[in-house]
Amino acid sequence: MAYDFRYSPVVDQVGIEERVARFNTRSIKKGSKVQVLKLALNMIDLTTLEGKDTEGKVTQMCYKAMHPHLALPDLPSTAAVCVYPTMVKIAKEALKGSKVKVASVSTAFPSGNSTMQIKLLDTKLALDNGADEIDMVISRGEFLKGNYNFVFDEIATIKDLTHKYNARLKVIFETGEISTLDNVRRASDIAIYAGADFIKTSTGKIGVAATMPVTLVMLDAIKDYYFKTGIQVGMKPAGGISTAKGALQYLVMLHETLGNAWLDNKWFRFGASSLANDLILQLEKEAKGVYYSKDYISVD
Amino acid sequence: MERIEVLKTYKIFIGGQFPRTESGRFYPLKLKNNMTVNVSLSSRKDFRNAVIAARAAFSGWSARAAFNRGQILYRIAEMLEGRKEQFLEELKQLGYTPAAAKKEVEQSIDRLVYYAGWCDKYQQLFSSVNPVATSHFNFSVPEPMGVVAILADESSALLGLVSVIAPAIAGGNTCILLASESKPTCSITFAEVIATSDVPGGVVNIVTGSRKELHSHFSSHMDVNAIINCNSEKDFNKTIGENASLNVKRVFIWNRNWSDEKEQGPYYITDLQEIKTTWHPIENIGISGIKY
Repeated sequence: MAYDFRYSPVVDQVGIEERVARFNTRSIKKGSKVQVLKLALNMIDLTTLEGKDTEGKVTQMCYKAMHPHLALPDLPSTAAVCVYPTMVKIAKEALKGSKVKVASVSTAFPSGNSTMQIKLLDTKLALDNGADEIDMVISRGEFLKGNYNFVFDEIATIKDLTHKYNARLKVIFETGEISTLDNVRRASDIAIYAGADFIKTSTGKIGVAATMPVTLVMLDAIKDYYFKTGIQVGMKPAGGISTAKGALQYLVMLHETLGNAWLDNKWFRFGASSLANDLILQLEKEAKGVYYSKDYISVD
Repeated sequence: MERIEVLKTYKIFIGGQFPRTESGRFYPLKLKNNMTVNVSLSSRKDFRNAVIAARAAFSGWSARAAFNRGQILYRIAEMLEGRKEQFLEELKQLGYTPAAAKKEVEQSIDRLVYYAGWCDKYQQLFSSVNPVATSHFNFSVPEPMGVVAILADESSALLGLVSVIAPAIAGGNTCILLASESKPTCSITFAEVIATSDVPGGVVNIVTGSRKELHSHFSSHMDVNAIINCNSEKDFNKTIGENASLNVKRVFIWNRNWSDEKEQGPYYITDLQEIKTTWHPIENIGISGIKY
């Protein structure tokens, strides 16, 4: 489908911010709150992406993904774990028999500064090790130069590979680096048209991570594409969402922008690590009636 | 033209900031000069937010060098001394006689200096090396409990809260204090003193409101490690004791006359400490045969 990304819709920043402010006034209590908290937990990509990651750390995190908090019965598992390609095998092994997926970052994460050859090898390594999902980063430098075809082609190339392995592709823009909402919209259009299964805000490796305005712009891009083609694309805000209250606000926004069809971890994910514990804290509060303490929850 | 005086809004003190209560509620308090002050009627959510702030501040504050904590407590005393006049005036508006107000402020300052001195001394006095019959170096040291919730003395506007906050933070704890319901204004002015004394945000949190409404939340919150009630209400104390059992909080009923010079001492610090004992394996060393 021909689409000139230079003419992506421009974004009304004030309008977006006002809309976001309205989402944040919604109040969800009691039974519905418990339901949404569980849904949010079920949408988490429990993440560890550090130089100091070890097999032990990844194995432990996988256990947490499958059993977030044993003290509460019938809690869902998280959607996936998100690790570096070298840790995929370990995660796969640890998650055997569970529904939790393994997502792997690739394409020279987090900077994306490498050759296409290396990026493909990086992705192939993750896929050969059994990754169900690939979180790739775009070349922000090329994007900011206006080299949109380059960005489109690199996404499409990686998509060809993930498609062969039947893996889903998430495309990370690092919205903190591409700065403006107009750029976020343009990057969203490029990624969606190039075949992304998910679009994702951030790597979590720079100061500015996911924000609600950025996410709303991306959701709007998904909505426009859906109306045009009938094809659903997923959304993953990542980084900086660490409280249950924040997660609930994201879900309100998701519901009011894309509707019920997206309220499922097939179409929406939170890239987070400490969020899980805050959700558990609030679920315990709802269950026990008193404010709970992290002393009684496993550290992530 | 006659100038209109700018009056202060009495808000609450959470995490080093002065927010209004999230509930938007207040209660009117009539002062001696016939002015009425609207005092924040804090809710359980304000308390919850304060606990989050106190918990976040705990690791940093308890890791400070003891000597540095002493310096900061002394700094609070300095700031209080500098704003003495303001406190004297506020106390008078709450019904103190000039003499009683002067005594209240001066004792508060002195008490802060007293506990400032204890910051780097109580550990030595209350630590021990313990004789054991195995080859271990066995020693015990006091460590701060964590987050301390305080229901301040109803009868005292300033000294009552200083006398409890000081030993709590001298020992490396962080705290949330519910001020006297009938004399709350000084607590917020004292929060301004704290805020300008290099006390990290969240170490001391002060809310105003109803003890009847909040005592059950103060005592049931699982992330609070100790609770102190400086009042003698039997039914409140029963609820506090019961709720505290949820996470085995330490409970103290300190219904004291804080203007008594005897009501200060290192035991107020150590009450809010847990003793950690370490068994450290060693070889036989030294010619005396002593194993450490």
